[in-house]
Amino acid sequence: MKIIILGAGQVGRTAAQHLAREEANDVTVVDTDDELLRDLQDRIDIRTVQGNAASPKTLELAGAADADMIVALTNSDEVNMVACQVAWSLFGTKTKIARIRSEAFARRPEIFVSTEGEPPTELSGFAVDMYVSPEELVTAYIERLIRYPGALQVVDFADGRVRLVGLRAVKGGLLVGQPIRAIRQHIPRVDARVAAIYRGGHSIVPDGDTVIEHNDEVFFIAGTDDIRTVMAEMRKTEDTVKRVVIAGGGNIGLRLALKLEEDNHQVKLIERSTARARKISEQLRSTIVLNGDAADEELLVEENIDSADVFCSLTNSEEANILSALLAKRLGAHRVMALITRPAYAELMQSGPIDVAISPQTVTIGSLLAYVRRGDVVQVHSLRGGSAEAMETIAHGSRGGKVVGRAVEAIRLPEGARIITIVRGDSVIMAHHDTVIETDDHVILFLADKRHVEQVERLFQS
Amino acid sequence: MLAVVHVLGSMLMLFSLAYLLPMATSIIYADRMLIDFVVAALICLGAGGVLWYVTRSNKRELRSRDGFLLVSLGWTLMSAIATVPLLMAIPGLSFTDAFFETMSGLSTTGATVLVGLDDLPPSVNMWRGALHWYGGMGIIVLVVAILPMLGVGGMQLYKAETPGPVKNEKLTPRITQTAKALWFIYFLITVACVLALKIAGMDWFDAVFHAFSTLSLGGFSTHDASIAYYDSLPIELVIIAFMLVSALNFARHFMAWQQKSLHAYATDSEAKAMLALLACATLGVTLYIWLDGVYASFWASLRYVSFNLVALATTCGFMTQDFAVWPIFAPMVMLMLSCYSCNTGSTGGGIKMFRTLVLFRQAGRELMLLVHPQAVRPVKIGGQVVQNQIVFAVLAFVVLYFGTVVVLTFALLASGLDFISAFTAVIACINNAGPGLGVVGPASNYQGLTDFQTWICSLAMLLGRLEIFSFLVLLTPSFWRK
Repeated sequence: MKIIILGAGQVGRTAAQHLAREEANDVTVVDTDDELLRDLQDRIDIRTVQGNAASPKTLELAGAADADMIVALTNSDEVNMVACQVAWSLFGTKTKIARIRSEAFARRPEIFVSTEGEPPTELSGFAVDMYVSPEELVTAYIERLIRYPGALQVVDFADGRVRLVGLRAVKGGLLVGQPIRAIRQHIPRVDARVAAIYRGGHSIVPDGDTVIEHNDEVFFIAGTDDIRTVMAEMRKTEDTVKRVVIAGGGNIGLRLALKLEEDNHQVKLIERSTARARKISEQLRSTIVLNGDAADEELLVEENIDSADVFCSLTNSEEANILSALLAKRLGAHRVMALITRPAYAELMQSGPIDVAISPQTVTIGSLLAYVRRGDVVQVHSLRGGSAEAMETIAHGSRGGKVVGRAVEAIRLPEGARIITIVRGDSVIMAHHDTVIETDDHVILFLADKRHVEQVERLFQS
Repeated sequence: MLAVVHVLGSMLMLFSLAYLLPMATSIIYADRMLIDFVVAALICLGAGGVLWYVTRSNKRELRSRDGFLLVSLGWTLMSAIATVPLLMAIPGLSFTDAFFETMSGLSTTGATVLVGLDDLPPSVNMWRGALHWYGGMGIIVLVVAILPMLGVGGMQLYKAETPGPVKNEKLTPRITQTAKALWFIYFLITVACVLALKIAGMDWFDAVFHAFSTLSLGGFSTHDASIAYYDSLPIELVIIAFMLVSALNFARHFMAWQQKSLHAYATDSEAKAMLALLACATLGVTLYIWLDGVYASFWASLRYVSFNLVALATTCGFMTQDFAVWPIFAPMVMLMLSCYSCNTGSTGGGIKMFRTLVLFRQAGRELMLLVHPQAVRPVKIGGQVVQNQIVFAVLAFVVLYFGTVVVLTFALLASGLDFISAFTAVIACINNAGPGLGVVGPASNYQGLTDFQTWICSLAMLLGRLEIFSFLVLLTPSFWRK
């Protein structure tokens, strides 16, 4: 697939990296900053074009004429919208995805029109097939993590009816030290399925006899309402979160505080800049906005960090996030999360004193990947910093094909790939070895190794 | 370091496929050289296999500094291993001379130490032509096109080998595709050249050989007398045309092919500058030669000057006349042109027209600033602003280029060569042009040089082909610091 990425910011760079890693994609990145592009091109196998992303000339140079997809990820909503429109009007680019940050735009979806099947002239809005707000996605993601204390990762499938949860098993959980099949006796009415287990960084293919050990990283899938029950199997039940301290009043910090207020959490937000602190305090209701440095020990102690249930450091600087999270943990915060962009840092920290490393780009990239994948892919989620992947894809074709009409065990999946769940109409079916897949089933797969993605795609394409 | 050797091993194994061409020739012409080439190919395959196998545990993604090492080592090693068939076929040939010949082939210089080319077995001659052809677009670029495993390392290699100052420009998103595209265009034009030469009157063997030699701007011939052997105007015209085509940027050829229009050339100020320069020079030198009375008629002067001048200026190095007997002004102009004429991304050598233009514009800017100290005036070429960083790199390159010429000329002088021969030999070798003047002039060849002098010339060819930087960086202590 020929893909043009506009904007070589953090999100743009990660998108380029992820997409170029797959052999089938040809990626061109556009940005105004020449130096940034040169550096990027030295590290990944892509083409770069310097220029204004919304200008027809730049888009032409970047090869928009035969591009399959344009992903506008510059930091300006207006540029992104115009770029998509220009690409559609001049080059008829099929898929156009724009990053829309401002809620003012996002709240009026009628200004964006999907061009699928439309003639180019009849549009009543900007030709944007999908818009993503990385901040919105990351905020929602953190909110889910706060709602399920103990979870490392929580992602939605089938419009939120099913959730995949990653967590670390801890002694005291009912199932820890027992084979997986025991879950049936513990909670007979709940249908859940263990998708993968990572022990010491290596993946184990789970079956009914696999014994879950202390400190295993377990991914399981269950209906949204059952998540808490299943989590209790893996670790001691934790009290619901009440007191949250947020460091950093940027876009994400502010949105998160707004959401948490609504759910009656007690929120404290620490912001370094006086002007910014004043501005966000005007928008927030019950949140206590503190003007100060999140790495200031005295401030943290004074604000009773030791009784905080969750400490989230969400500033722009990942180094500052790591340091203030470490400090908060030492001062007694119950659970600390930090926004960490670099995968290397995230890996270093997650198994150590920081409970959850939130990688904003893996959260965002999933929604883009769904468009890049061949076959009818509904949703893709990057897991474990991008090394593993969970995807929801629709099985098409008639009986007797490679997938449809076959039992799960008869489908030739590549190594490390497993079918976990099938969503058929309204019902959620946990996949067993003899479950037969029907046409139009939504199949949820777990891939322990991302390199096998293409094989899975090919399987479901026909 | 060992990771580089590992890739080098696979490159050598790949290079053993290059022997298929002379093998096929040998079968067609039954010149009893087949066994020798099979043995040579097996030696190449074996050597590569051993290197590859011994270092297999060191496989990793290449870093940018690995590229320089790999390219320099690759060119040297392939030239060395390519000598095997020559050593087997020509009794009494020393390794020094054989290495000069293969380096001259791969670097597309076209200087030769062999006499009696007409009597060589066809397959041996074809091997020389094949070396030209592989070297023209770059063996490393070919490797990048074929070996997908290089990943990002491919870009580093590409940058280390491709001539010209603007190397970040990719034609396609994937480096392997860019390399493939360039080779595809190169192949296509070669086929066109073969057909044109056949129609102009060569036999198939000579047509293929000379197409290889022309497209790569090499200059080897199957005849001691070079193109003078044919004494045919149509052949000369065809070769002039294809030499000019090969001296243009192949990225432009690719764009023109993709857009199916000549628009890509119309916006190429480098090409326009080259064509204008060559046209003026041809006319001027023709008049000079004619008025001097070397040839009786103007048309004869024009015919000989245009062919020999274009051949030398594009660093091809074919000849139809002994231009060394022309008044010294003419051959000196021709040699000087060989430094400047070829475009970036062509198969030719030298400083390249783009750098020349940058230098002139930069000089113009300095002059302008003397008059208007407050003036803001970026260096522009074809309406495009050239970043200061590139201007500095060009200046550094030109300093290194002339520094290298001076040092190597002194080395040759110290070994007892006369000044004209020494200077022109270095110029001709570093530009990958071919013939010089004096001892190494068109009437003789590089056979008259001593072993030491031959090695100096081989070094000059390697430096010229890799555009000095890629090789010299290996000599800096910081490159080797851990």
